[in-house]
Amino acid sequence: MTQEEIRQSVLQALSDIAPEVDPATFRTDLGLRDQLDIDSMDSLNFLIAVHEQLQVDIPEADWARLQSIDELVEYLRGRISA
Amino acid sequence: MADFVMPSLGADMSAGTLAAWLKQPGDAVKRGDIVAVVHTDKADVEVEVFTSGVIERMLIEPGTEVPVGTPLAVIREEGAAAAPAAPAPAEPAPAAAAAAVPVPTPPVAVSPVPAPAVQALGVTPEHRLLISPSARELGHELGIEVGVLEGSGPGGRIQRRDVEAVANAREAASKEAAPPAPPPAVPPRVAVPSVTPLSPAAERNAAMRRAIAASMSRSKREIPHFYLSQTIDMSRALAWLGQENLRRPVTERLLHGALLLKAVALALREVPELNATWDGDELVRRDDVNVGVAIALRGGGLVAPALHHTDELTLEELMHALRDLVSRARAGSLRSSEMSGPTITVTSLGERGVESVFGVIFPPQVAIVGFGTLVERPWITEGQILPCPIVNASLSADHRVTDGHRASAFLAAVDRLLQEPEEL
Repeated sequence: MTQEEIRQSVLQALSDIAPEVDPATFRTDLGLRDQLDIDSMDSLNFLIAVHEQLQVDIPEADWARLQSIDELVEYLRGRISA
Repeated sequence: MADFVMPSLGADMSAGTLAAWLKQPGDAVKRGDIVAVVHTDKADVEVEVFTSGVIERMLIEPGTEVPVGTPLAVIREEGAAAAPAAPAPAEPAPAAAAAAVPVPTPPVAVSPVPAPAVQALGVTPEHRLLISPSARELGHELGIEVGVLEGSGPGGRIQRRDVEAVANAREAASKEAAPPAPPPAVPPRVAVPSVTPLSPAAERNAAMRRAIAASMSRSKREIPHFYLSQTIDMSRALAWLGQENLRRPVTERLLHGALLLKAVALALREVPELNATWDGDELVRRDDVNVGVAIALRGGGLVAPALHHTDELTLEELMHALRDLVSRARAGSLRSSEMSGPTITVTSLGERGVESVFGVIFPPQVAIVGFGTLVERPWITEGQILPCPIVNASLSADHRVTDGHRASAFLAAVDRLLQEPEEL
């Protein structure tokens, strides 16, 4: 799976959780929680959606240090290719 | 025969609008089936039926606002004989007999219910429509029938982009069909309205604010609130939760909010007067512990539906029910029993970094519990100052029905229960 495919899957999962995401203004290099009004339930649903799309289970400790979509995509790329 | 009536979906609800029927005359229903959607100021609510049988006839047309208690449909109970298809005209009853047995007259008699009204809401009788709240709202705004769209999301879920694609295609088609307009010789006069009309979404938000204002104003006017708070050491609960989540797949992961809700539910067994409603001028203790969860909605506003039998749920069941409840609250598909059933409410603003929250009681409930954010603070344990994760629990209670002594016993019980998370 290419990095771009992973990115598209992640953004798809994100739009399911936060439909108000505007692709025109949303920054994948900035903190997710800083840009969106998401709570812990949204975060969990996002992780579950990522899991369902990419079959990757992200531990809580790893999720806590992932801030942006770019960081998440990079992390997933490492996990998928590992 | 039994009447299916407009339910009360909150203490301040006096009327509701029937948004759609999800069943048709002749359909068999059983207790708990969702048969209609009712629009209130706070949400669109799926209404369950409490009688098993067959729907004999609908009495109210979608789009009609009626008072709480108005019969919406007639249900032939199980075992009862069907009503004749075309009843013969009855003999005029003697005036005295008619006066002795008054028969309520439904406001509007409509049968059968037209199917398009069901589809307009994006729900078919056969199955629930998978659609994001944003897509549903956009469909409403643009007049696009979302029920017929094919969703591009997971499992065929209709996304906002699916609705936008239809809107774009419609716009492109209309441009192609329309002849090119000649340049206007004179600048057209544009009428500027004095007041800009609200969008449907803004109008719904305004209606929700009015409903919240009415409920909260009544609460502060009628209920003598008093407030207590307690700082709770969460180190044991979080350590246990961390270990639990290590062995769980992400789909089964627990949030610490589930532990807080369960602790509240169990503490209510010890202080049952807080699990109650104030009906008129007396306290009515409730046997079932149905904890209401304050859920912030995207775009503003909040609802506080109930998690039924919270004290009897395992943490897994509670977490599953909580995820489902939050998702449906934000998708606008709560059920009537959830809106009318809370016996106490829990609110948390910890996600926003707030350390303490002192809530306003939702009438007719008599208490609301608030939780702040999880934060590390210096804590003295066995003579040593150590960093410790703590949470501030607060209680707003009705002084007509309880006092500080009992209320503090409740908070102490919540604290004690959270020190033994494996027992929750």
